[in-house]
Amino acid sequence: MDLEFSDEERAFRDEVRTFLARELPADIAERVRHGDELSKQDHERWHAALQARGWLAQTWPTSHGGPGWNAVQRHIFEEEAALADAPRIVPFGLNMLGPVLIEFGTTAQQEEYLPRILDGTDWWCQGYSEPDAGSDLASLRTRAERDGDTYVVNGQKTWTTLGQHANRIFCLVRTRQEGKPQAGISFLLMDLDDPGIEMRPIRLIEGGHEVNEVFFTDVHVPVGNLVGEEHAGWTIAKFLLGHERTNIAGVGYAVRGLANLRRLATTTVRGGRPVIEDPVFAARLAELEVELEAMKITNLRMLSDVQEGASPGAKSSMLKIKGTQIRQAINDLARRVLGPAAAPFPHDVLEDPLALAPGDARATAAHYFNNRKLSIYGGSNEIQRNILAPQILGG
Amino acid sequence: MDFTLDEDRQMLAETLRRFLADAWDAQRRAGAAAYEAPYHQPDVWSQLCDMGVLGALVDEAHGGFGGDGLDIMVMFEEVGRTLAPEPLLGTLMALRLLRSANAEEDLAAVMTGAVRTVVAWAEPHDLDAVDDVTTTATRTDDGIVVTGRKSVVYGAPGADRALVTAMLDDALAVVSVDLDDAATTDYALIDGGGASEVVLDATPGRLLLEDAGAAVHAALDAGRLALCAEAVGAMQHLFDMTVEHLTSRKQFGRPLATFQALQHRVVDLSIEVEQARSITILAASSLDREGSHRHVAMAKHLVGRTARTVAEESIQLHGGIGMTWEYPGAHYAKRLVMMDAQLGDADLHLRALTTMG
Repeated sequence: MDLEFSDEERAFRDEVRTFLARELPADIAERVRHGDELSKQDHERWHAALQARGWLAQTWPTSHGGPGWNAVQRHIFEEEAALADAPRIVPFGLNMLGPVLIEFGTTAQQEEYLPRILDGTDWWCQGYSEPDAGSDLASLRTRAERDGDTYVVNGQKTWTTLGQHANRIFCLVRTRQEGKPQAGISFLLMDLDDPGIEMRPIRLIEGGHEVNEVFFTDVHVPVGNLVGEEHAGWTIAKFLLGHERTNIAGVGYAVRGLANLRRLATTTVRGGRPVIEDPVFAARLAELEVELEAMKITNLRMLSDVQEGASPGAKSSMLKIKGTQIRQAINDLARRVLGPAAAPFPHDVLEDPLALAPGDARATAAHYFNNRKLSIYGGSNEIQRNILAPQILGG
Repeated sequence: MDFTLDEDRQMLAETLRRFLADAWDAQRRAGAAAYEAPYHQPDVWSQLCDMGVLGALVDEAHGGFGGDGLDIMVMFEEVGRTLAPEPLLGTLMALRLLRSANAEEDLAAVMTGAVRTVVAWAEPHDLDAVDDVTTTATRTDDGIVVTGRKSVVYGAPGADRALVTAMLDDALAVVSVDLDDAATTDYALIDGGGASEVVLDATPGRLLLEDAGAAVHAALDAGRLALCAEAVGAMQHLFDMTVEHLTSRKQFGRPLATFQALQHRVVDLSIEVEQARSITILAASSLDREGSHRHVAMAKHLVGRTARTVAEESIQLHGGIGMTWEYPGAHYAKRLVMMDAQLGDADLHLRALTTMG
């Protein structure tokens, strides 16, 4: 047994670090560190820097412009990027639709859309969840009815992340009412400029705007925008869920968060001493460190399995649950370290000389509330447990 | 043994419940009234004062009709039910300090609403420190002047006066300052309502209490009890909303409430809520009596822990809906989480309990 990365993997890590040090724009990293909302241009600049190096479409094969990385290399990049305060790569075009088109799309669809994802011409968003179809995604009701060479789409999607920046959307739609709910779903591409589509912002608990709802009223979509077979969209959705789960543990974010937490606890004085000297707090921090060290290895064990050709299977659901618990616990402790200093509303935050918290900690409470989403989205932790239970208990 | 409230308190609760439900309906609570200056509704505040309800926070000897821990509990539980961000916490603590000072004129002015008064005790160097204060009060020929900075002064935006803790002759004193004479910066809190940073620079003041350590701690204890009661009101409401959601929301063809994994979590939550209510009743019943400080610390610790659990679980049990600004429950969850940090959090009170014996 050898828990260390190989010489090649370490060399790759150095290469990634050098790239991040040189190419990650400092102003963007600072906004990520401070928890500020990133602009569309921020995301585009970061994507362009990655694409210039050939590292943008990390899950695509080299034949379509991917870097040809294996799972360990992807993991190393994600961890280093998080540690360097790089923005998360916006996944909808790159990590979701791209792999779908490569697996299920026609050559014409691949030639039309893949280059536009790589060069940033298209910003895709995801139309999966509906108000009455969340955890129970297969019950979705947005329908697409065939009318000659077009589908006519009516319905509503919700939780569309960063849809405000997008010009296109990929949707799961119902093309058949009969039979099992899963068997009547199709995967459809749409242009958000099409008449009949309206996007409205959803304001989140902490005040931010990152998700939207999308309404479809008699939207005409060319039949050529269907990906894969008609009624076979559920297969694509399941394929996609596998891709969504590569960086599911979020180890890099947790490592970064824990380092920030430790620093915050060292500089914040409460009750006559730095918080880090409070035995109650110190014990909690140590517990989290133990959990995170264990998760790093659990994560590497899954990577190693994938490397050897195994399916991540149950471990990916375990990592989703434990990874989100650890990240949420870090957010919680950071907010508690600041105490009343975390209370100012993020848009009203006090600047120097009146600031109550360091610059990169002023959105701490907002982060805590926003990251309650971690255990809800991408298949809630309850759904992950439903996936795990029969694997462990049978049935 | 009798856990029912007497008739007067039941009437106070019902009056407040009706009034606040109307003045702070869910839509208003999620809007500008709670999140933009002055972070409450001044006309609602005036009506509360006109109704005379502030008298419930003061004993008869000082011109009120209550002043007992149970009165505080009844009133703030109703505040929590609607999350009304009216500046009652600061007012309560101010009334307690004024009572300690036997400042009858000030008490009357606060109770009628003529002079809205808050308490400024925290400082940015250490937001938990009560006795370790760097603000100084100095005697001059023209009277007392105060210099220093006070932080996170709850309810200060729009208030007339602040009772400021400051060092005078090497002891903690309380000085009354007109906020017009101070430099204040107001801001919204992430859970609604407002606070201010207050900078004093040789600001003229009136000495209210000398050697005030005990009085300040007692006023903070009353504030802590109020926060516990507010949390109990808010968590009960959020718990009820969660149950309502689980019984009405269907996924996989049946109500969420029929899933055993969720049922058990709701049952556990209900036990925690009952425990929080019980420790708050204990603290309310013993306020100003023997064991008061200890029982308040116990309540603030347990309620702080429970409030966060209720908030996090209710968001999770609501799913994405619970994450949205538009959903009233989200504001309850925010308030329940952030309340713990006010006047000393669960950890601070746990530490206090381990040293109290």
